[in-house]
Amino acid sequence: MLLIPCPWCGPRAEPEFSYGGEPVIRPGPAESVTDADWADYLYMRSNEKGAHRENWCHTNGCGQWFTLTRDTVTHAILSAEKP
Amino acid sequence: MRYSATSLLRQGLAGHRAWPAAWRSPPLQPRYDAVIVGGGGHGLAAAYYLAKRHKVGRIAVLERGWLGGGNTGRNTTIVRSNYFFPQSVALYDFALRQYEQLSEELNYNIMLSQRGVFYIGHSDHDMEMMARAVNAMQINGIDTELLSAEQVRAELPLANFGPDARYPIHGAFVQRRGGIARHDAVAWGYARAADGLGVDIIQNCEVTGFIIRSGKVIGLETTRGPVSAGAVGLSPSGHCGVLAAKAGFRLPITSYALQAMVSEPIKPVLHAVASSWATGMYISQSDKGELVFGAGLDLYPSYAQRGNLPTTQTIVAGMLEIFPAFRRLKLLRQWAGIVDVPWDYSPILGPSPVGNLYLNCGWGTGGFKATPAGGYFLAHAIATGAHHPISAPFDLGRFATGALIDEAAGAGITH
Repeated sequence: MLLIPCPWCGPRAEPEFSYGGEPVIRPGPAESVTDADWADYLYMRSNEKGAHRENWCHTNGCGQWFTLTRDTVTHAILSAEKP
Repeated sequence: MRYSATSLLRQGLAGHRAWPAAWRSPPLQPRYDAVIVGGGGHGLAAAYYLAKRHKVGRIAVLERGWLGGGNTGRNTTIVRSNYFFPQSVALYDFALRQYEQLSEELNYNIMLSQRGVFYIGHSDHDMEMMARAVNAMQINGIDTELLSAEQVRAELPLANFGPDARYPIHGAFVQRRGGIARHDAVAWGYARAADGLGVDIIQNCEVTGFIIRSGKVIGLETTRGPVSAGAVGLSPSGHCGVLAAKAGFRLPITSYALQAMVSEPIKPVLHAVASSWATGMYISQSDKGELVFGAGLDLYPSYAQRGNLPTTQTIVAGMLEIFPAFRRLKLLRQWAGIVDVPWDYSPILGPSPVGNLYLNCGWGTGGFKATPAGGYFLAHAIATGAHHPISAPFDLGRFATGALIDEAAGAGITH
């Protein structure tokens, strides 16, 4: 069970949260973005083994989004940041 | 040595002391025509088909741990081909047809048991969606049937037909050719057959880097030293992202932990594979008598092969809703495999952004059933430098063109 430090509510249990993917930045303006760049933004992920930056939402809590850095091998949470 | 009743008798009379090793453990050679990264079922199958069908000379399989110690040894051993899209059916039914004759081909009993795979529906809406799925599958030539609740009761009498069932049973669909196979035997059978054709299987050998010249891979750095390679095939399941990063590209894949568990062994009570649309669970009884079951993913990225307790609880609760009679059993073991899940739940096969480097990844939560296909089409790509017609729709390029094969939504079943 992960104990996730919500930056607004403090440490809360894993079932209160939803994973929301790796942070990505939408390229633009749309008419200047190639198919390859768009595919890269939409689909390609770093999927790191080790420290991994990821968005989470405190869905069954305050409802806020935040960014965790979490080790994907040990599941240790290295930091939690407000967006 | 060819395995047969005669060899069993002869070895038995000799006290089983003279069985030869099923494969060699040769040292890593400095140069190979083809190197497969990943010694699970898929990688070993690829080596076997490269040697058998394509007559490639020097082939090595590099495995970081031990043979079949990753997802090959961690799945729930279900085989089936009941997919929604024609491209998927061509791929997965190819695998099932290979499985149907694999014991003979490899001279190794993979213990294929085509006991039928049932998907239980719990509402009128489930049954409408199932009718749609069954229609699509039948048009694609797959042996699926839609069953009424009474037919399900006759075949799965322990399922929860009680008046206060949380998930009432409205019917099911079944693929009779589906079933289970012995997962270790699939890896070991391919390993023994590949070794017999001269393939070097190197265990405890981790790939630490790729040697790339002018956009083409020419060799690998490993924990046992460098090796040059005419072509390289990647078959690393959950670790495909790690290897892709070493080769300088990214994949549309996220690695998750998928849990499975077994109960203590009991006498035969469940003759088929049963799955439920409401809880996502799937369960079968092994030949040892253990109930083998699992359900959904731990829904955040993980490389820890264990899974977390909230998901374990959900899986067990979901299974018990459908089979309350199993409530009194003890859980014997629980574990997880790291599965490489692409956005459309379909595998990524064929060329990669690096020349002479070929992909067999993204099988996600359903790779075991596809083992012969993954190996066959990876071998084809390595030997010919091009796709087989069956693997062509599963090219990495589909993420840029948008031609996804969305089995997550299509088949509507847990994988």
